[in-house]
Amino acid sequence: MTSFFQTLGMTHEWAWFTATIAGILLIALPLMLAVAMIIYVDRKIWAAMALRRGPNVVGPFGLLQSFADGLKVFLQETIIPSAANKVLFLIAPIITFTVALMAWAVIPFNSGAVLADINVGLLYVLAVSSLGVYGVVIAGWASNSKYPFFSAMRAAAQMISYEVSIGFILICVVLWAGSFNLNAIVMAQKDHVWLINGFVANPLLFPLWVMFLISGMAETARAPFDLTEAESELVAGYQTEYSSMAFALYWLGEYANVLLMCALNATLFFGGWLPPLDIPVLYLVPGWLWLFAKIFFFFFIFSWVKATVPRYRYDQLMRLGWKIFLPVSLLFVVLVSGWLMATHHFCDADQTLYPDPDHYGRIVNNGVCP
Amino acid sequence: MVDLSQYLPILIFLAIAQGLSAAFVFLPIGVAYLTGAHKPDAEKLSEYECGFPAFEDPRSQFDVRFYLVAILFIIFDLEAAFLFPWAVSLDVTGWPGWITMMIFLAELVIGFAYAWKKGALEWE
Repeated sequence: MTSFFQTLGMTHEWAWFTATIAGILLIALPLMLAVAMIIYVDRKIWAAMALRRGPNVVGPFGLLQSFADGLKVFLQETIIPSAANKVLFLIAPIITFTVALMAWAVIPFNSGAVLADINVGLLYVLAVSSLGVYGVVIAGWASNSKYPFFSAMRAAAQMISYEVSIGFILICVVLWAGSFNLNAIVMAQKDHVWLINGFVANPLLFPLWVMFLISGMAETARAPFDLTEAESELVAGYQTEYSSMAFALYWLGEYANVLLMCALNATLFFGGWLPPLDIPVLYLVPGWLWLFAKIFFFFFIFSWVKATVPRYRYDQLMRLGWKIFLPVSLLFVVLVSGWLMATHHFCDADQTLYPDPDHYGRIVNNGVCP
Repeated sequence: MVDLSQYLPILIFLAIAQGLSAAFVFLPIGVAYLTGAHKPDAEKLSEYECGFPAFEDPRSQFDVRFYLVAILFIIFDLEAAFLFPWAVSLDVTGWPGWITMMIFLAELVIGFAYAWKKGALEWE
């Protein structure tokens, strides 16, 4: 895009700056629109599974429901409780929403269509998504109210518990792809097993994908792991004292995080912007369309689970995270790395996968080849 | 050599995202003043407690197990921090690197088994 702005007569620096701003807006604004629409989709799917009609009044088929809700909360009064720590109380939703937007900077939408093509992209996603816990904890603390405080405690313990197993799962993916760059990870999945683009077809990585999907639901506090806002126990959780747009920001941030998890599922295990099968005719469809289709597919799974699976108890949640996912994902780190070493995976990978190894900071000369 | 200019878009994104979220929080406050929706009273501003005044300070004691989880998290997240560079340099370090990491993991597994045995992972 930089070269396009240069043809308009800008210097290189200004063209780059304008292109970056345009790229950011091209990610942030459609993302917010997508979040508004995906809330509507979620409600529709949920309603359909309960044999209801869902939102159908505002606009055709109720399509404008989210925007009507948005306008309503925008015009509401922002209530700041007198006992609250006011500055922290207002900063918390800002943190949550900022972090939810930030992680999208490294998601590749097509070959090379990524805002920041950094070589530690996956590490960046992990770092940014773990910052999300601050928004929740600060909200719970600053509210100075009982239920938000309990909810914040739960949320912090739940998020960090599942982050551990997510970290180990990502290490397995990185081992196989040989890079943290998300574009390189997508390319490493090309024609992985029998023409299938995606690590999911790999018997060693398939169980990891299942764990990643479930951990993703727990990490985003999505049903059946929505214990942080279990309405029968904690009113509305850490959002109890919030109103107006500050309340809506949590809502938006939560759905942006769910979409991010769907995008990560698609990118890390289902080939990202690659078509599902490595057949030339499928490459005629643009890559971002494949990615969006995969994100939507995973969102449908998230909705489906929300509509059908009863909520976990907190002890069950912690048991699943610490006693099942953590040991199993740790075992898979050993298995995957051992398998890759035993089969000399690192000897033939570099030349074929990375035509320009230096770009991803790789060292071509390696010491493991016989 | 790491090209730090790759990270500049992220910094700009951070500024824009913060501005956007701050606008979302503070604009409605201003709008509420203008439309007259801003009408705080003592009852409205008290903390939520199912319709009656709160009995006690909400920032009271909480279960020590949340602490334990946080401590365990630090251990295992640090472990993951060691695994990340190992994972992308396995082609350079080869078998010695692999065996070293396996020894490290084995030590951590012993610690994990100890925490399990001591009941640090139990939530009755």
